[in-house]
Amino acid sequence: MTSPCFPVGPISAVRGRAVVIAGDDIDTDRIIPARFLKCVTFDGLGEQVFADDRAELSGEHPFDRAELQGASVLVVNRNFGCGSSREHAPQALMRWGIRAVVGESFAEIFYGNCLALGIPCFTASHSSVLSLQEALIADSGQELSLSLVPASLETSQGRVWQLELQAGHQQMLASGQWDATSQLLAHDSELNCTAASLPYFNGF
Amino acid sequence: MSAGTLYDKVWDLHRVAQLPGGSTQLFIGLHLIHEVTSPQAFAALKELGLPVRHPGRTVATVDHIVPTTSQARPFADPLAEEMLATLERNCGDYGITLHGLGSGRQGIVHVIAPELGLTQPGMTVACGDSHTSTHGAFGAIAFGIGTSQVRDVLASQSLSMGKLKVRRIWVEGRLQPGVYAKDLVLHIIRVLGVKGGVGYAYEFAGPAIDALTMEERMTLCNMAIEGGARCGYVNPDAVTFAYLQGRPYAPKGEAWERAVAWWRGLASGSEAVFDDEVRFDAAAIAPTITWGITPGQGIGVDETVPTLEQTEPDERPLAQEAYRYMDLQPGTPIAGTPVDVCFIGSCTNGRLSDLQAAAAVAKGRHVAAGVRAFVVPGSEQVAAAAEAEGLDQVFREAGFEWREPGCSMCLAMNPDRLEGRQISASSSNRNFKGRQGSATGRTLLMSPAMVAAAAIAGKVSDVRQLFPITPCLQP
Repeated sequence: MTSPCFPVGPISAVRGRAVVIAGDDIDTDRIIPARFLKCVTFDGLGEQVFADDRAELSGEHPFDRAELQGASVLVVNRNFGCGSSREHAPQALMRWGIRAVVGESFAEIFYGNCLALGIPCFTASHSSVLSLQEALIADSGQELSLSLVPASLETSQGRVWQLELQAGHQQMLASGQWDATSQLLAHDSELNCTAASLPYFNGF
Repeated sequence: MSAGTLYDKVWDLHRVAQLPGGSTQLFIGLHLIHEVTSPQAFAALKELGLPVRHPGRTVATVDHIVPTTSQARPFADPLAEEMLATLERNCGDYGITLHGLGSGRQGIVHVIAPELGLTQPGMTVACGDSHTSTHGAFGAIAFGIGTSQVRDVLASQSLSMGKLKVRRIWVEGRLQPGVYAKDLVLHIIRVLGVKGGVGYAYEFAGPAIDALTMEERMTLCNMAIEGGARCGYVNPDAVTFAYLQGRPYAPKGEAWERAVAWWRGLASGSEAVFDDEVRFDAAAIAPTITWGITPGQGIGVDETVPTLEQTEPDERPLAQEAYRYMDLQPGTPIAGTPVDVCFIGSCTNGRLSDLQAAAAVAKGRHVAAGVRAFVVPGSEQVAAAAEAEGLDQVFREAGFEWREPGCSMCLAMNPDRLEGRQISASSSNRNFKGRQGSATGRTLLMSPAMVAAAAIAGKVSDVRQLFPITPCLQP
């Protein structure tokens, strides 16, 4: 399922149902196998997310379950998104419909790629994520509400989990300043100054 | 907090400004691009109507999607052809140098930038590829980025980054004969884990590191990312300078002297402070091989597949998944595991010395019946140098296929891939589920010499026992 409405501007909350993908060290080759990287746009990637894992489970994978179609939150464990730097991975998740990820920890490049797309990656302790995953599996249709400031998650039954989101990133997302390009270009003279100070930039 | 390390010095030299949210705007000295992660970045640039700020600081090649049998254009795969054509068009539109097929300089991006002298100490290097950590071998701060960041570097020659902590990995002693940089890094990841390096840059130092050649240092830094460290580096020294001197993009004449002086001053000094330090003894490391589905699931070739009881409690679910996927029995020796496919190549181990080590094992022997073995040089320059030494003949006579340069079966974005449940002995960097192109294909990571030994024996074999190896003459 693809969603035409990608993150834009200030992001203060994410609402929707949640998909649980359990397991540590889930790499970006699993999120989007390399053969789907043969493309010059990200457009079609939503349908290919977790393609091999889904094929293996023939319809039983969380991303294929009828009650989870349209979900917008992904709940994972440790070191999610390790391996290849391919932005195709968060792009595929986003195009399937994911707008926020909650996990025990994330690989750095994946985390940064999500941030650049306006997808917050919240963290929580091992026990907290396990209890959340348990609750979501027990009642997979429930609506969640995630707020960025303070970082927390509330179920429709009123159960609350405290989450963590790096303060700077919280501020960037909440203020809509998560797209770096214009901020980087704003420092034109500073860029020239740094270039001029680097010996290798100037033939030593 | 670290201070006085190469990482700190290079970071400070490249700081442009502080950004909202507390990130640093970091200047990028060298930007490398390829056909897979750049087309959407150029499309975004066009949409925003932005120019490339420093076209001379971005260098392109084509590697992931190129076939390694025939590289005649157009490629048989129309998608692959479209990707290369798009890269050619984008480089043409923006005035970016593309080292294309047949130029004599094409190859895997992390092989060609060092061999052309583009990668130099003290630079910040970024590329839309996680194995950019390779360039840290030169004392550069080099890391992989996503496509949105490729767009940012094209537009601004800078990135929004958070500073990492620095862990020094101090390696005493010397690697034993038959044990290579690949074994060292697989061993380090086995001990520190695939997430042990998250949040860190790894500084590799100590007598064992000083003794490594530049190509070995590249193998080591290449796999820092497999240990979770976005960048890994080695301080520049005489070995670094000797490698760089005379390469096409290296400084020349008086500029060379000034460059060396500047580079020397960047190394972590004796007063440097690290956030963490871990020590290893190189002499205690055996040829190392993975048995599971992450690069951290490694063992010595003389060991047995760990049992659940031998595994840390929080690693057990992954171990169980690995037993199922790999179909290897806990408690049984890894040596003797039959292999179907043997792959020598990749940005980890596709350089001349890697091919020399494998050829030394293959020479005068033959690939076992039923095994498909092939060698993919990392670049056109590596291929030419290997052919000049007759290595292609050694491999062909031993029953290996000798291919054209590219990423090949490391990630199977080209016709080279595993079929069904085939098991490969591979000199590449990732043994993830499905990594080599079959959703059920299995990968055993090891050094090129160990891959050659597996090809000859048709099963995982200890290269030290199978072949007499002349000990290095060392004090």
